[in-house]
Amino acid sequence: MKPLFGRLNPLVVMMNQVASIEHEISEIRKDFPILNRKVRNGEPLVYLDNAATTQKPKQVIDAVSDYYLNVNANVHRGIHFLSEEASELYEAAHQEVADFIGAKFTELVFTKNTTEGLNTVAYGMMDKLTKGDEIVLSRFEHHSNLVPFQQVAKRTGAVLKFIESPNFDVLDLNSAEQVITDKTKLVAVTHISNALGSISPVKEIGKIAHDHGAKILVDGAQSVPHLKIDVKSMDCDFLAFAGHKMLAPMGTGGLYGKEEDLLELNPFLFGGEMIRYVDFETATWNELPWKFEAGTPNVGGGVGLGEAVKYLNKIGMDKVRSIEHYLMSYALDRFSELDFVTVYGADLEHRGGVLSFNVTGGKDGMFIHPHDVSSILDEHGIAIRAGHHCAQPLMRAMDIPATSRISFYIYNTKEEIDKAVEALEVVQKTFN
Amino acid sequence: MTSIYQEQIIDYYKYPRNKKVLDDASFDYGDQNPVCGDEIHLFVKIGEDGKVSDVGFQGRGCAISQASVSLLTELISGMSVEEMKKLTNEDIKEMLGIPLTPVRLKCAILGLKVLEGGIIKFEGGEVGSSTEQKGE
Repeated sequence: MKPLFGRLNPLVVMMNQVASIEHEISEIRKDFPILNRKVRNGEPLVYLDNAATTQKPKQVIDAVSDYYLNVNANVHRGIHFLSEEASELYEAAHQEVADFIGAKFTELVFTKNTTEGLNTVAYGMMDKLTKGDEIVLSRFEHHSNLVPFQQVAKRTGAVLKFIESPNFDVLDLNSAEQVITDKTKLVAVTHISNALGSISPVKEIGKIAHDHGAKILVDGAQSVPHLKIDVKSMDCDFLAFAGHKMLAPMGTGGLYGKEEDLLELNPFLFGGEMIRYVDFETATWNELPWKFEAGTPNVGGGVGLGEAVKYLNKIGMDKVRSIEHYLMSYALDRFSELDFVTVYGADLEHRGGVLSFNVTGGKDGMFIHPHDVSSILDEHGIAIRAGHHCAQPLMRAMDIPATSRISFYIYNTKEEIDKAVEALEVVQKTFN
Repeated sequence: MTSIYQEQIIDYYKYPRNKKVLDDASFDYGDQNPVCGDEIHLFVKIGEDGKVSDVGFQGRGCAISQASVSLLTELISGMSVEEMKKLTNEDIKEMLGIPLTPVRLKCAILGLKVLEGGIIKFEGGEVGSSTEQKGE
Protein backbone atom coordinates (compact mmCIF):
# COMPACT_ATOMS: atom_id res chain seq x y z
CA MET A 1 0.00 0.00 0.00
CA LYS A 2 1.25 3.51 -0.85
CA PRO A 3 1.93 5.44 2.36
CA LEU A 4 -0.52 8.25 2.86
CA PHE A 5 -0.34 10.98 5.43
CA GLY A 6 -2.78 13.22 7.16
CA ARG A 7 -6.51 12.83 7.32
CA LEU A 8 -6.77 10.42 4.44
CA ASN A 9 -4.45 7.80 5.91
CA PRO A 10 -6.72 4.76 6.21
CA LEU A 11 -4.79 3.51 9.22
CA VAL A 12 -5.35 6.81 11.04
CA VAL A 13 -9.03 6.77 10.07
CA MET A 14 -9.32 3.22 11.39
CA MET A 15 -7.52 4.09 14.62
CA ASN A 16 -9.85 7.04 15.11
CA GLN A 17 -12.83 4.76 14.62
CA VAL A 18 -11.45 2.31 17.19
CA ALA A 19 -10.82 5.11 19.67
CA SER A 20 -14.33 6.41 19.10
CA ILE A 21 -15.91 2.98 19.61
CA GLU A 22 -13.91 2.37 22.78
CA HIS A 23 -14.86 5.80 24.10
CA GLU A 24 -18.52 5.07 23.29
CA ILE A 25 -18.38 1.73 25.15
CA SER A 26 -16.81 3.30 28.24
CA GLU A 27 -19.53 6.00 28.26
CA ILE A 28 -22.26 3.37 27.90
CA ARG A 29 -20.83 1.32 30.78
CA LYS A 30 -21.47 4.21 33.17
CA ASP A 31 -25.20 3.63 32.75
CA PHE A 32 -24.94 0.02 33.97
CA PRO A 33 -23.92 -0.04 37.65
CA ILE A 34 -24.26 -3.84 37.73
CA LEU A 35 -21.15 -4.09 35.55
CA ASN A 36 -19.11 -2.88 38.54
CA ARG A 37 -20.18 -5.86 40.65
CA LYS A 38 -17.73 -8.32 42.07
CA VAL A 39 -18.74 -11.96 41.96
CA ARG A 40 -17.23 -15.26 43.14
CA ASN A 41 -14.91 -14.03 45.88
CA GLY A 42 -14.14 -10.65 44.46
CA GLU A 43 -13.74 -11.30 40.74
CA PRO A 44 -15.01 -8.37 38.65
CA LEU A 45 -18.10 -9.43 36.71
CA VAL A 46 -17.59 -10.10 33.01
CA TYR A 47 -21.09 -10.47 31.59
CA LEU A 48 -21.07 -12.34 28.27
CA ASP A 49 -24.53 -13.92 28.37
CA ASN A 50 -26.42 -11.19 26.56
CA ALA A 51 -28.26 -13.50 24.17
CA ALA A 52 -30.02 -14.87 27.26
CA THR A 53 -30.84 -11.43 28.64
CA THR A 54 -29.10 -8.07 28.70
CA GLN A 55 -28.44 -5.87 31.69
CA LYS A 56 -30.63 -2.79 32.17
CA PRO A 57 -29.38 0.81 32.14
CA LYS A 58 -30.26 3.25 34.95
CA GLN A 59 -32.52 5.15 32.55
CA VAL A 60 -34.79 2.09 32.11
CA ILE A 61 -34.78 1.21 35.81
CA ASP A 62 -35.60 4.85 36.66
CA ALA A 63 -38.48 4.94 34.18
CA VAL A 64 -40.02 1.78 35.68
CA SER A 65 -39.38 3.02 39.21
CA ASP A 66 -40.92 6.42 38.41
CA TYR A 67 -43.96 4.75 36.92
CA TYR A 68 -44.60 2.73 40.07
CA LEU A 69 -43.71 5.56 42.46
CA ASN A 70 -45.82 8.23 40.80
CA VAL A 71 -48.24 6.96 38.18
CA ASN A 72 -49.39 3.38 38.76
CA ALA A 73 -53.03 2.70 37.79
CA ASN A 74 -54.83 0.30 35.49
CA VAL A 75 -55.00 1.44 31.90
CA HIS A 76 -57.78 2.14 29.39
CA ARG A 77 -60.70 1.99 31.81
CA GLY A 78 -60.38 4.31 34.76
CA ILE A 79 -61.94 7.74 34.37
CA HIS A 80 -59.42 9.30 36.67
CA PHE A 81 -56.16 11.19 36.48
CA LEU A 82 -53.67 8.38 37.15
CA SER A 83 -55.39 5.94 34.82
CA GLU A 84 -55.29 8.49 32.03
CA GLU A 85 -51.63 9.21 32.69
CA ALA A 86 -50.77 5.49 32.81
CA SER A 87 -52.67 4.91 29.55
CA GLU A 88 -50.82 7.78 27.88
CA LEU A 89 -47.45 6.43 29.00
CA TYR A 90 -48.31 2.89 27.92
CA GLU A 91 -49.49 4.04 24.49
CA ALA A 92 -46.48 6.31 24.05
CA ALA A 93 -44.28 3.27 24.71
CA HIS A 94 -46.16 1.37 21.99
CA GLN A 95 -45.54 4.22 19.57
CA GLU A 96 -41.86 4.38 20.51
CA VAL A 97 -41.35 0.65 19.86
CA ALA A 98 -43.47 0.69 16.68
CA ASP A 99 -41.34 3.54 15.29
CA PHE A 100 -38.19 1.64 16.28
CA ILE A 101 -38.99 -1.17 13.82
CA GLY A 102 -40.76 0.97 11.21
CA ALA A 103 -44.29 -0.21 12.07
CA LYS A 104 -47.56 1.63 12.56
CA PHE A 105 -49.08 1.95 16.05
CA THR A 106 -51.79 -0.55 15.15
CA GLU A 107 -49.24 -3.11 13.97
CA LEU A 108 -47.32 -3.58 17.23
CA VAL A 109 -48.67 -5.74 20.05
CA PHE A 110 -46.93 -5.86 23.43
CA THR A 111 -46.24 -9.41 24.65
CA LYS A 112 -44.43 -10.86 27.61
CA ASN A 113 -41.63 -12.40 25.52
CA THR A 114 -40.77 -13.73 22.07
CA THR A 115 -42.40 -17.07 22.84
CA GLU A 116 -45.77 -15.43 23.43
CA GLY A 117 -45.49 -13.58 20.11
CA LEU A 118 -44.69 -16.78 18.22
CA ASN A 119 -47.51 -18.69 19.94
CA THR A 120 -49.94 -15.87 19.12
CA VAL A 121 -49.27 -16.42 15.42
CA ALA A 122 -49.22 -20.23 15.71
CA TYR A 123 -52.55 -20.44 17.55
CA GLY A 124 -54.07 -17.58 15.58
CA MET A 125 -53.52 -19.38 12.27
CA MET A 126 -54.67 -22.78 13.48
CA ASP A 127 -58.26 -22.45 12.19
CA LYS A 128 -57.00 -21.63 8.72
CA LEU A 129 -54.89 -24.76 8.33
CA THR A 130 -56.06 -28.11 7.08
CA LYS A 131 -54.57 -31.53 6.43
CA GLY A 132 -51.82 -31.40 3.83
CA ASP A 133 -50.98 -27.71 4.32
CA GLU A 134 -47.31 -27.14 4.95
CA ILE A 135 -45.47 -25.07 7.54
CA VAL A 136 -41.83 -24.39 6.75
CA LEU A 137 -39.32 -23.85 9.57
CA SER A 138 -35.53 -24.12 9.59
CA ARG A 139 -32.99 -26.41 11.23
CA PHE A 140 -31.84 -23.46 13.36
CA GLU A 141 -35.05 -22.81 15.24
CA HIS A 142 -35.14 -22.24 18.98
CA HIS A 143 -37.63 -24.58 20.68
CA SER A 144 -39.98 -21.59 20.92
CA ASN A 145 -40.26 -21.38 17.12
CA LEU A 146 -40.48 -25.17 16.71
CA VAL A 147 -42.62 -26.68 19.45
CA PRO A 148 -45.68 -24.39 18.88
CA PHE A 149 -45.73 -25.49 15.23
CA GLN A 150 -45.33 -29.17 16.16
CA GLN A 151 -48.54 -28.70 18.13
CA VAL A 152 -50.27 -26.86 15.28
CA ALA A 153 -49.24 -29.65 12.89
CA LYS A 154 -50.52 -32.30 15.28
CA ARG A 155 -53.90 -30.61 15.66
CA THR A 156 -54.49 -29.63 12.03
CA GLY A 157 -52.76 -32.38 10.04
CA ALA A 158 -50.39 -29.82 8.55
CA VAL A 159 -46.89 -31.01 7.70
CA LEU A 160 -43.63 -29.49 8.96
CA LYS A 161 -40.72 -28.96 6.54
CA PHE A 162 -37.29 -27.53 7.22
CA ILE A 163 -34.89 -25.21 5.43
CA GLU A 164 -31.45 -26.83 5.60
CA SER A 165 -27.98 -25.51 6.29
CA PRO A 166 -25.65 -28.31 5.18
CA ASN A 167 -22.57 -26.76 6.82
CA PHE A 168 -24.43 -25.31 9.82
CA ASP A 169 -23.35 -21.80 8.90
CA VAL A 170 -26.21 -19.90 7.23
CA LEU A 171 -29.59 -21.07 5.94
CA ASP A 172 -29.42 -22.28 2.35
CA LEU A 173 -31.64 -20.33 -0.07
CA ASN A 174 -31.63 -23.23 -2.56
CA SER A 175 -33.08 -25.40 0.16
CA ALA A 176 -35.69 -22.70 0.88
CA GLU A 177 -36.62 -22.71 -2.84
CA GLN A 178 -37.15 -26.46 -2.65
CA VAL A 179 -39.15 -26.79 0.56
CA ILE A 180 -41.42 -23.75 0.10
CA THR A 181 -44.22 -24.72 -2.30
CA ASP A 182 -47.78 -23.71 -3.16
CA LYS A 183 -48.89 -25.92 -0.25
CA THR A 184 -46.91 -23.76 2.20
CA LYS A 185 -49.12 -21.54 4.34
CA LEU A 186 -46.51 -20.18 6.72
CA VAL A 187 -42.73 -19.90 6.82
CA ALA A 188 -41.36 -19.30 10.35
CA VAL A 189 -37.61 -18.66 10.59
CA THR A 190 -35.10 -17.21 12.97
CA HIS A 191 -33.45 -13.96 11.90
CA ILE A 192 -30.31 -14.62 13.97
CA SER A 193 -29.71 -18.09 15.39
CA ASN A 194 -29.32 -17.93 19.17
CA ALA A 195 -27.24 -21.11 19.06
CA LEU A 196 -24.85 -20.21 16.23
CA GLY A 197 -25.18 -16.46 15.66
CA SER A 198 -25.85 -16.89 11.94
CA ILE A 199 -27.85 -14.14 10.24
CA SER A 200 -30.59 -15.59 8.02
CA PRO A 201 -31.49 -14.09 4.62
CA VAL A 202 -35.04 -13.42 5.83
CA LYS A 203 -35.89 -10.89 3.12
CA GLU A 204 -35.05 -13.42 0.38
CA ILE A 205 -36.84 -16.25 2.20
CA GLY A 206 -39.84 -13.94 2.61
CA LYS A 207 -39.89 -13.26 -1.11
CA ILE A 208 -39.95 -17.00 -1.85
CA ALA A 209 -42.77 -17.41 0.66
CA HIS A 210 -44.78 -14.57 -0.87
CA ASP A 211 -44.27 -15.95 -4.40
CA HIS A 212 -46.11 -19.05 -3.17
CA GLY A 213 -48.80 -17.12 -1.34
CA ALA A 214 -47.42 -18.02 2.10
CA LYS A 215 -46.91 -15.72 5.08
CA ILE A 216 -43.55 -15.25 6.77
CA LEU A 217 -43.04 -15.01 10.53
CA VAL A 218 -39.58 -13.89 11.64
CA ASP A 219 -38.20 -14.79 15.07
CA GLY A 220 -36.38 -11.56 15.86
CA ALA A 221 -35.36 -12.40 19.44
CA GLN A 222 -31.66 -12.10 18.58
CA SER A 223 -31.92 -9.53 15.76
CA VAL A 224 -34.19 -6.70 16.92
CA PRO A 225 -31.80 -5.85 19.82
CA HIS A 226 -28.76 -5.90 17.53
CA LEU A 227 -29.61 -4.78 13.98
CA LYS A 228 -31.44 -1.85 12.47
CA ILE A 229 -34.81 -3.36 11.61
CA ASP A 230 -37.33 -1.92 9.19
CA VAL A 231 -40.26 -4.29 8.84
CA LYS A 232 -41.41 -2.63 5.63
CA SER A 233 -38.12 -3.14 3.81
CA MET A 234 -37.75 -6.64 5.32
CA ASP A 235 -41.33 -7.23 4.09
CA CYS A 236 -42.12 -9.80 6.75
CA ASP A 237 -45.72 -10.46 7.73
CA PHE A 238 -44.98 -11.06 11.40
CA LEU A 239 -41.97 -10.36 13.62
CA ALA A 240 -41.69 -11.48 17.25
CA PHE A 241 -39.08 -10.19 19.70
CA ALA A 242 -38.29 -9.78 23.39
CA GLY A 243 -37.73 -6.59 25.37
CA HIS A 244 -35.48 -8.10 28.02
CA LYS A 245 -32.84 -8.95 25.41
CA MET A 246 -32.63 -5.24 24.49
CA LEU A 247 -32.19 -3.49 27.84
CA ALA A 248 -35.87 -3.60 28.88
CA PRO A 249 -37.35 -5.36 31.91
CA MET A 250 -38.13 -9.08 31.96
CA GLY A 251 -41.68 -9.86 30.89
CA THR A 252 -41.69 -7.50 27.92
CA GLY A 253 -41.69 -8.12 24.18
CA GLY A 254 -43.40 -7.29 20.94
CA LEU A 255 -45.25 -8.87 18.05
CA TYR A 256 -45.38 -6.97 14.79
CA GLY A 257 -47.92 -7.95 12.15
CA LYS A 258 -49.00 -6.21 8.96
CA GLU A 259 -52.32 -4.56 9.68
CA GLU A 260 -54.28 -6.77 7.28
CA ASP A 261 -52.66 -9.88 8.76
CA LEU A 262 -53.40 -8.91 12.36
CA LEU A 263 -57.02 -8.18 11.40
CA GLU A 264 -57.20 -11.63 9.82
CA LEU A 265 -55.45 -13.45 12.71
CA ASN A 266 -57.64 -14.92 15.45
CA PRO A 267 -56.84 -13.79 18.98
CA PHE A 268 -55.15 -16.38 21.17
CA LEU A 269 -56.00 -15.03 24.63
CA PHE A 270 -59.57 -13.97 25.37
CA GLY A 271 -60.90 -11.79 28.16
CA GLY A 272 -60.90 -8.17 29.24
CA GLU A 273 -59.35 -5.38 27.21
CA MET A 274 -59.33 -7.37 23.97
CA ILE A 275 -63.12 -7.07 23.45
CA ARG A 276 -65.36 -4.43 21.91
CA TYR A 277 -68.92 -5.68 22.55
CA VAL A 278 -69.92 -8.63 24.72
CA ASP A 279 -73.27 -10.26 25.38
CA PHE A 280 -73.91 -13.56 27.13
CA GLU A 281 -73.47 -15.61 23.97
CA THR A 282 -70.94 -13.79 21.79
CA ALA A 283 -68.32 -11.06 21.67
CA THR A 284 -66.53 -8.90 19.13
CA TRP A 285 -62.89 -7.87 19.27
CA ASN A 286 -61.26 -4.59 20.16
CA GLU A 287 -59.31 -2.59 17.58
CA LEU A 288 -55.61 -3.19 16.96
CA PRO A 289 -53.32 -3.67 18.74
CA TRP A 290 -55.52 -4.27 21.84
CA LYS A 291 -57.26 -7.27 20.25
CA PHE A 292 -54.11 -9.24 21.16
CA GLU A 293 -53.50 -7.77 24.63
CA ALA A 294 -56.06 -9.55 26.79
CA GLY A 295 -56.15 -8.77 30.51
CA THR A 296 -54.26 -6.17 32.48
CA PRO A 297 -51.00 -5.59 30.63
CA ASN A 298 -47.49 -5.17 32.06
CA VAL A 299 -47.68 -1.38 32.00
CA GLY A 300 -44.55 -0.72 34.04
CA GLY A 301 -42.59 -3.16 31.87
CA GLY A 302 -44.00 -1.57 28.72
CA VAL A 303 -42.88 1.86 29.92
CA GLY A 304 -39.44 0.34 30.53
CA LEU A 305 -39.40 -1.11 27.01
CA GLY A 306 -40.23 2.32 25.56
CA GLU A 307 -37.35 3.81 27.56
CA ALA A 308 -34.98 1.04 26.39
CA VAL A 309 -35.81 1.85 22.78
CA LYS A 310 -35.17 5.55 23.43
CA TYR A 311 -31.79 4.58 24.88
CA LEU A 312 -30.92 2.47 21.83
CA ASN A 313 -32.08 5.23 19.48
CA LYS A 314 -29.78 7.67 21.24
CA ILE A 315 -26.82 5.39 20.54
CA GLY A 316 -28.16 4.52 17.09
CA MET A 317 -28.65 0.97 15.84
CA ASP A 318 -25.88 1.38 13.26
CA LYS A 319 -23.54 2.13 16.15
CA VAL A 320 -24.87 -0.87 18.10
CA ARG A 321 -24.04 -3.07 15.15
CA SER A 322 -20.59 -1.55 14.71
CA ILE A 323 -19.73 -2.05 18.40
CA GLU A 324 -20.69 -5.72 18.14
CA HIS A 325 -18.88 -6.10 14.85
CA TYR A 326 -15.79 -4.61 16.47
CA LEU A 327 -16.00 -6.99 19.45
CA MET A 328 -16.78 -10.06 17.34
CA SER A 329 -13.97 -9.33 14.92
CA TYR A 330 -11.53 -9.15 17.85
CA ALA A 331 -12.98 -12.26 19.51
CA LEU A 332 -12.76 -14.34 16.32
CA ASP A 333 -9.13 -13.25 15.91
CA ARG A 334 -8.27 -14.18 19.50
CA PHE A 335 -10.14 -17.50 19.28
CA SER A 336 -8.37 -18.42 16.05
CA GLU A 337 -5.12 -18.41 18.07
CA LEU A 338 -6.49 -21.16 20.31
CA ASP A 339 -5.93 -24.54 18.64
CA PHE A 340 -8.02 -26.27 21.32
CA VAL A 341 -11.17 -24.29 20.48
CA THR A 342 -13.67 -25.10 17.71
CA VAL A 343 -15.90 -22.18 16.66
CA TYR A 344 -19.30 -22.88 15.08
CA GLY A 345 -21.43 -20.77 12.76
CA ALA A 346 -20.98 -18.25 9.99
CA ASP A 347 -18.21 -15.80 9.09
CA LEU A 348 -17.97 -12.33 10.62
CA GLU A 349 -20.22 -10.62 8.06
CA HIS A 350 -23.03 -13.16 8.49
CA ARG A 351 -22.80 -13.30 12.26
CA GLY A 352 -24.60 -11.40 15.02
CA GLY A 353 -23.16 -10.99 18.51
CA VAL A 354 -23.13 -14.74 19.27
CA LEU A 355 -20.00 -16.90 19.43
CA SER A 356 -20.64 -20.61 19.96
CA PHE A 357 -17.69 -22.95 20.53
CA ASN A 358 -16.29 -26.06 22.16
CA VAL A 359 -13.03 -26.73 23.95
CA THR A 360 -10.83 -29.80 23.90
CA GLY A 361 -8.19 -30.54 26.48
CA GLY A 362 -5.17 -32.64 27.18
CA LYS A 363 -2.85 -34.44 24.82
CA ASP A 364 -5.62 -36.62 23.39
CA GLY A 365 -7.84 -33.65 22.59
CA MET A 366 -10.51 -34.87 24.99
CA PHE A 367 -13.89 -33.10 24.64
CA ILE A 368 -14.43 -30.80 27.59
CA HIS A 369 -18.11 -30.52 28.40
CA PRO A 370 -19.48 -26.95 28.05
CA HIS A 371 -20.78 -27.09 31.63
CA ASP A 372 -17.23 -27.60 32.85
CA VAL A 373 -16.05 -24.75 30.60
CA SER A 374 -18.78 -22.49 31.96
CA SER A 375 -18.01 -23.50 35.58
CA ILE A 376 -14.34 -22.68 35.27
CA LEU A 377 -15.08 -19.35 33.54
CA ASP A 378 -17.54 -18.62 36.34
CA GLU A 379 -14.73 -19.17 38.86
CA HIS A 380 -13.07 -16.23 37.07
CA GLY A 381 -16.19 -14.07 37.28
CA ILE A 382 -17.10 -14.64 33.63
CA ALA A 383 -20.76 -15.34 32.80
CA ILE A 384 -21.35 -17.33 29.63
CA ARG A 385 -24.01 -19.83 28.57
CA ALA A 386 -23.41 -23.56 28.19
CA GLY A 387 -25.86 -26.14 26.96
CA HIS A 388 -28.12 -26.88 24.02
CA HIS A 389 -29.40 -23.28 23.83
CA CYS A 390 -32.99 -24.50 23.48
CA ALA A 391 -32.02 -26.08 20.16
CA GLN A 392 -31.71 -29.77 21.02
CA PRO A 393 -32.45 -31.05 17.49
CA LEU A 394 -29.79 -28.73 16.01
CA MET A 395 -27.18 -29.96 18.51
CA ARG A 396 -28.07 -33.57 17.65
CA ALA A 397 -27.84 -32.82 13.91
CA MET A 398 -24.40 -31.29 14.48
CA ASP A 399 -23.48 -34.36 16.56
CA ILE A 400 -22.41 -32.36 19.60
CA PRO A 401 -24.00 -32.60 23.07
CA ALA A 402 -23.87 -28.87 23.66
CA THR A 403 -21.76 -25.77 23.12
CA SER A 404 -20.37 -22.91 25.14
CA ARG A 405 -21.69 -19.54 24.04
CA ILE A 406 -20.37 -16.02 24.46
CA SER A 407 -22.73 -13.25 23.43
CA PHE A 408 -22.00 -9.54 23.33
CA TYR A 409 -23.85 -6.31 23.81
CA ILE A 410 -23.02 -2.62 23.66
CA TYR A 411 -21.17 -2.50 26.99
CA ASN A 412 -18.65 -5.32 26.45
CA THR A 413 -14.96 -4.61 25.97
CA LYS A 414 -11.88 -6.10 24.34
CA GLU A 415 -10.39 -6.51 27.82
CA GLU A 416 -13.30 -8.79 28.72
CA ILE A 417 -12.61 -10.92 25.65
CA ASP A 418 -8.95 -11.13 26.72
CA LYS A 419 -10.07 -12.33 30.17
CA ALA A 420 -12.29 -14.97 28.59
CA VAL A 421 -9.43 -16.19 26.41
CA GLU A 422 -7.13 -16.40 29.47
CA ALA A 423 -9.77 -18.38 31.34
CA LEU A 424 -10.17 -20.75 28.37
CA GLU A 425 -6.46 -21.43 28.61
CA VAL A 426 -7.00 -22.34 32.27
CA VAL A 427 -9.83 -24.68 31.20
CA GLN A 428 -7.57 -26.42 28.77
CA LYS A 429 -4.74 -26.75 31.31
CA THR A 430 -7.10 -28.03 34.00
CA PHE A 431 -7.90 -31.06 31.86
CA ASN A 432 -4.31 -31.61 30.83
CA MET B 1 -11.01 -18.92 44.86
CA THR B 2 -10.57 -22.68 45.04
CA SER B 3 -11.53 -24.39 41.83
CA ILE B 4 -14.05 -27.22 42.02
CA TYR B 5 -11.86 -28.96 39.46
CA GLN B 6 -9.53 -30.58 41.97
CA GLU B 7 -7.08 -33.26 40.95
CA GLN B 8 -9.36 -36.08 42.07
CA ILE B 9 -12.26 -34.91 39.86
CA ILE B 10 -10.07 -34.55 36.79
CA ASP B 11 -8.41 -37.91 37.46
CA TYR B 12 -11.70 -39.79 37.80
CA TYR B 13 -13.08 -37.98 34.73
CA LYS B 14 -10.09 -38.83 32.56
CA TYR B 15 -9.58 -42.33 33.96
CA PRO B 16 -13.00 -43.44 35.15
CA ARG B 17 -12.97 -46.40 37.54
CA ASN B 18 -15.58 -49.09 36.97
CA LYS B 19 -16.66 -47.74 33.59
CA LYS B 20 -17.99 -51.06 32.34
CA VAL B 21 -21.20 -52.92 31.56
CA LEU B 22 -22.12 -55.88 33.82
CA ASP B 23 -23.86 -58.71 31.96
CA ASP B 24 -24.86 -60.39 35.21
CA ALA B 25 -26.04 -57.33 37.13
CA SER B 26 -28.70 -57.85 39.81
CA PHE B 27 -30.16 -54.56 38.65
CA ASP B 28 -29.35 -51.77 36.27
CA TYR B 29 -30.92 -48.39 35.74
CA GLY B 30 -30.33 -45.27 33.67
CA ASP B 31 -31.45 -41.67 33.75
CA GLN B 32 -30.43 -38.26 32.50
CA ASN B 33 -30.41 -34.70 33.71
CA PRO B 34 -32.96 -33.07 31.37
CA VAL B 35 -31.45 -29.63 31.88
CA CYS B 36 -27.96 -30.45 30.64
CA GLY B 37 -28.36 -33.87 29.05
CA ASP B 38 -25.84 -35.69 31.27
CA GLU B 39 -26.52 -39.44 31.09
CA ILE B 40 -25.67 -42.23 33.51
CA HIS B 41 -26.51 -45.92 33.43
CA LEU B 42 -25.57 -47.95 36.50
CA PHE B 43 -25.10 -51.74 36.84
CA VAL B 44 -25.01 -53.31 40.31
CA LYS B 45 -24.40 -56.95 41.24
CA ILE B 46 -25.41 -58.11 44.70
CA GLY B 47 -23.43 -61.11 45.98
CA GLU B 48 -24.71 -64.06 48.04
CA ASP B 49 -23.85 -62.21 51.24
CA GLY B 50 -26.30 -59.46 50.22
CA LYS B 51 -23.56 -56.97 49.54
CA VAL B 52 -22.44 -55.22 46.33
CA SER B 53 -19.92 -57.55 44.74
CA ASP B 54 -19.47 -55.71 41.46
CA VAL B 55 -20.56 -52.40 40.00
CA GLY B 56 -20.17 -50.63 36.69
CA PHE B 57 -21.47 -47.57 34.89
CA GLN B 58 -21.80 -46.07 31.45
CA GLY B 59 -22.38 -42.41 30.86
CA ARG B 60 -21.49 -39.14 29.25
CA GLY B 61 -21.60 -35.57 30.37
CA CYS B 62 -19.69 -33.07 32.42
CA ALA B 63 -16.67 -33.90 34.57
CA ILE B 64 -18.62 -33.42 37.79
CA SER B 65 -21.37 -35.91 36.94
CA GLN B 66 -19.02 -38.52 35.50
CA ALA B 67 -16.30 -38.31 38.16
CA SER B 68 -18.95 -38.33 40.87
CA VAL B 69 -20.60 -41.53 39.65
CA SER B 70 -17.22 -43.21 39.24
CA LEU B 71 -16.38 -42.34 42.86
CA LEU B 72 -19.83 -43.54 43.86
CA THR B 73 -19.18 -46.98 42.35
CA GLU B 74 -16.17 -47.30 44.67
CA LEU B 75 -18.11 -45.99 47.64
CA ILE B 76 -20.92 -48.56 47.32
CA SER B 77 -18.67 -51.57 46.71
CA GLY B 78 -19.29 -53.94 49.61
CA MET B 79 -22.40 -52.10 50.81
CA SER B 80 -25.71 -53.79 51.53
CA VAL B 81 -28.90 -52.54 49.85
CA GLU B 82 -30.01 -51.04 53.17
CA GLU B 83 -26.72 -49.16 53.49
CA MET B 84 -27.05 -47.81 49.95
CA LYS B 85 -30.58 -46.64 50.69
CA LYS B 86 -29.24 -44.48 53.51
CA LEU B 87 -26.92 -42.51 51.20
CA THR B 88 -27.81 -38.82 50.93
CA ASN B 89 -26.72 -35.77 48.95
CA GLU B 90 -24.57 -34.87 51.95
CA ASP B 91 -22.61 -38.10 51.52
CA ILE B 92 -21.95 -37.17 47.89
CA LYS B 93 -20.79 -33.68 48.89
CA GLU B 94 -18.49 -35.22 51.49
CA MET B 95 -17.20 -37.78 48.99
CA LEU B 96 -16.32 -35.04 46.48
CA GLY B 97 -15.03 -32.57 49.05
CA ILE B 98 -15.56 -29.53 46.80
CA PRO B 99 -17.92 -26.55 47.15
CA LEU B 100 -20.85 -26.97 44.75
CA THR B 101 -23.43 -24.42 43.63
CA PRO B 102 -27.05 -25.67 43.48
CA VAL B 103 -26.83 -26.19 39.71
CA ARG B 104 -23.59 -28.17 39.88
CA LEU B 105 -24.91 -30.19 42.84
CA LYS B 106 -27.53 -31.58 40.43
CA CYS B 107 -24.67 -32.86 38.24
CA ALA B 108 -22.91 -34.35 41.25
CA ILE B 109 -25.92 -36.26 42.57
CA LEU B 110 -27.13 -37.67 39.24
CA GLY B 111 -25.31 -40.95 39.98
CA LEU B 112 -27.01 -41.23 43.37
CA LYS B 113 -30.44 -40.53 41.81
CA VAL B 114 -29.80 -43.32 39.31
CA LEU B 115 -28.76 -45.67 42.13
CA GLU B 116 -31.95 -44.83 44.06
CA GLY B 117 -34.04 -45.52 40.94
CA GLY B 118 -32.23 -48.82 40.43
CA ILE B 119 -32.89 -49.94 44.01
CA ILE B 120 -36.61 -49.09 43.70
CA LYS B 121 -36.69 -51.14 40.49
CA PHE B 122 -34.74 -53.96 42.19
CA GLU B 123 -37.28 -54.07 45.00
CA GLY B 124 -40.17 -54.23 42.55
CA GLY B 125 -41.32 -50.61 42.71
CA GLU B 126 -42.42 -48.29 39.93
CA VAL B 127 -39.80 -45.94 38.53
CA GLY B 128 -40.36 -43.10 36.14
CA SER B 129 -37.55 -41.81 34.01
CA SER B 130 -37.24 -38.34 32.62
CA THR B 131 -36.19 -39.95 29.37
CA GLU B 132 -39.61 -41.51 28.98
CA GLN B 133 -41.59 -38.30 29.26
CA LYS B 134 -42.84 -37.18 25.89
CA GLY B 135 -44.88 -34.05 25.34
CA GLU B 136 -48.34 -34.69 23.95
